[in-house]
Amino acid sequence: MGLNTLDHAKRIVVVSAGLSVPSSTRLLADMLAEASERAVEARGVEVEVQHVELRGLAHALTDNLLTGFPSQELAAAIDAVRHADGVIAVTPVFSASYSGLFKTFFDVLELGVLDAKPVLLGATAGTARHSLVIDHALRPLFAYLHAIVVPTGVFAATEDFAATGAGAGGDLHKRVERAAGEFAGLVAGATSVATAAAPRRLVEDEFEHPTDFADLLKRASDGPPEY
Amino acid sequence: MGMQFGIFTVGDVTTDPTTGATPTEHERIKATVEIAKKAEEVGLDVFATGEHHNPPFIASNPTATLAYIGAQTENIILSTSTTLITTTDPVLIAEDYAKLQHLTDGRVDLMMGRGNTGPVYPWFGKDIRQGINLAIENYALLRQLWTETNVDWKGRFRTPLQGYTSTPRPLDGVAPFVWHGSIRSPEIAEQAAFYGDGFFHNHIFWPASHSEQMVRLYRQRFAHYGHGTEEQAIVGLGGQFFMRKNSQDAVNEFRPYFDNAPVYGHGPSLEDFTEATPLTVGSPQQVIERTLSFREYVGDYQRQLFLLDHAGLPLKTVLEQLDLYGEILPTLRSEFEKLRAPGVPDAPTHASLMQKAGGPKDTAVYGADDATGTTDRRLDDPDVTKALEGEL
Repeated sequence: MGLNTLDHAKRIVVVSAGLSVPSSTRLLADMLAEASERAVEARGVEVEVQHVELRGLAHALTDNLLTGFPSQELAAAIDAVRHADGVIAVTPVFSASYSGLFKTFFDVLELGVLDAKPVLLGATAGTARHSLVIDHALRPLFAYLHAIVVPTGVFAATEDFAATGAGAGGDLHKRVERAAGEFAGLVAGATSVATAAAPRRLVEDEFEHPTDFADLLKRASDGPPEY
Repeated sequence: MGMQFGIFTVGDVTTDPTTGATPTEHERIKATVEIAKKAEEVGLDVFATGEHHNPPFIASNPTATLAYIGAQTENIILSTSTTLITTTDPVLIAEDYAKLQHLTDGRVDLMMGRGNTGPVYPWFGKDIRQGINLAIENYALLRQLWTETNVDWKGRFRTPLQGYTSTPRPLDGVAPFVWHGSIRSPEIAEQAAFYGDGFFHNHIFWPASHSEQMVRLYRQRFAHYGHGTEEQAIVGLGGQFFMRKNSQDAVNEFRPYFDNAPVYGHGPSLEDFTEATPLTVGSPQQVIERTLSFREYVGDYQRQLFLLDHAGLPLKTVLEQLDLYGEILPTLRSEFEKLRAPGVPDAPTHASLMQKAGGPKDTAVYGADDATGTTDRRLDDPDVTKALEGEL
């Protein structure tokens, strides 16, 4: 669905960092996206879902690290995240943490882009021994980025995708539904949960509403002497 | 005079990736002088040098370099790219560049920049997180030092001044014209607009959309602050080219330098980067066409500088690039002139600023006699006249 088809619809952007095609990471991302879409719509709110597959942006992400600016395609993905009402972020587990590709995407986001944004986290791995990765690796990252992470994160090992786990009534299915419900509550919520603290001012905001020079001058001298 | 064309350098010492040869600091410093002299020889209007205080650069003490070049040239305007307004004491900038004005008979302007990496700031007792605030407070003081004598000043980032007069006074009472450079900080465009100073976008390494966005903001705010219309704002652009008569020769020769360049090397391909940024590698005709296209997104502008001596290119190659630049210069001048809308101003020069100020003024404060309060320069004072004639 195009971004401009429904002006009043909520926008969910799904960032997934799976490498194989199809990957279990994308599979989990799809499950989370579909469940979230249903859960938001169940609240009588229209929703658009957009997928950002990082595999296709891998070269662009490395180039961005080296040159300091994104390619057009990467810039479009970053813009989608910037304007999203909620982000679903799913990574495979590499060496006991999120993958480097996944991290790189969040490294090149300007600080403030995720401020007060609802985020649903997911991770996949070959074995259930990595099941705490969301809590020990992903949550600290998104806490730093000032996102609002829903309480339920969804970890799926290969065995969870077996029919009993992923199908209706299966354990994975239940976790997905619970997480999507929590996420939908934040995404569809009439008021932002985080209006108490203003989001950080981004460069784009400054271009749109430049700070008057008198204020810049006042801000410059505001503070104890530093000499 | 229409648009100004020139070159800028950051004074990096970089290994030539095709030979493995690295110039010594001495060779690089001397090469910089050669390049500046060649720039004048091929008819360019501006030579600008950066300022850095760490390896691999030889760009510390820019005023010594510019004065030395000034002594060996006649016409070229000496400028900076950039003057570190964040970590350099504005008192020293005021003195140094006023002195340079006198030595070069006004062939001086400056470009302010924050242009430092994190570790550099603490060497000068500063903090990079205060970069914008430093640029704003320091520049406000610098202007005051150039326009006023007996300055009383108190601020956040340097010790207070009481009754301080920066010497020498700016040549003819006219401070050097100032450009402000920034890639992506709207606050700096705002600063340039507030003062009615020039705004320069480095326009290299980054997509043209950055330049477009910054210049648009500067023009809007320039008009907002009542300095004229948006079209009358003073805009400069950087740029980067590598030219050979035959386009494919340019690509083949430049590729190893591009692939290993300190800034963008080992990243995107030459082809991707020339598409994404204003870098042009090709024939003289291609460079002419690309350069003329810049005005389509920034409007008619006053100054175009190119970065030519970088990425380890040997001096001989840089001088050849300058020869080619000189060959396309008449076309660039005449084509830009044809496209330029009426009413677009030229870049300010010492002469034009002096004319605007109503002629030269001596703003020097001469030593006063404590007892009588007179000075030996006040020839309208009859006592002084008598003293000078030996009558008292």
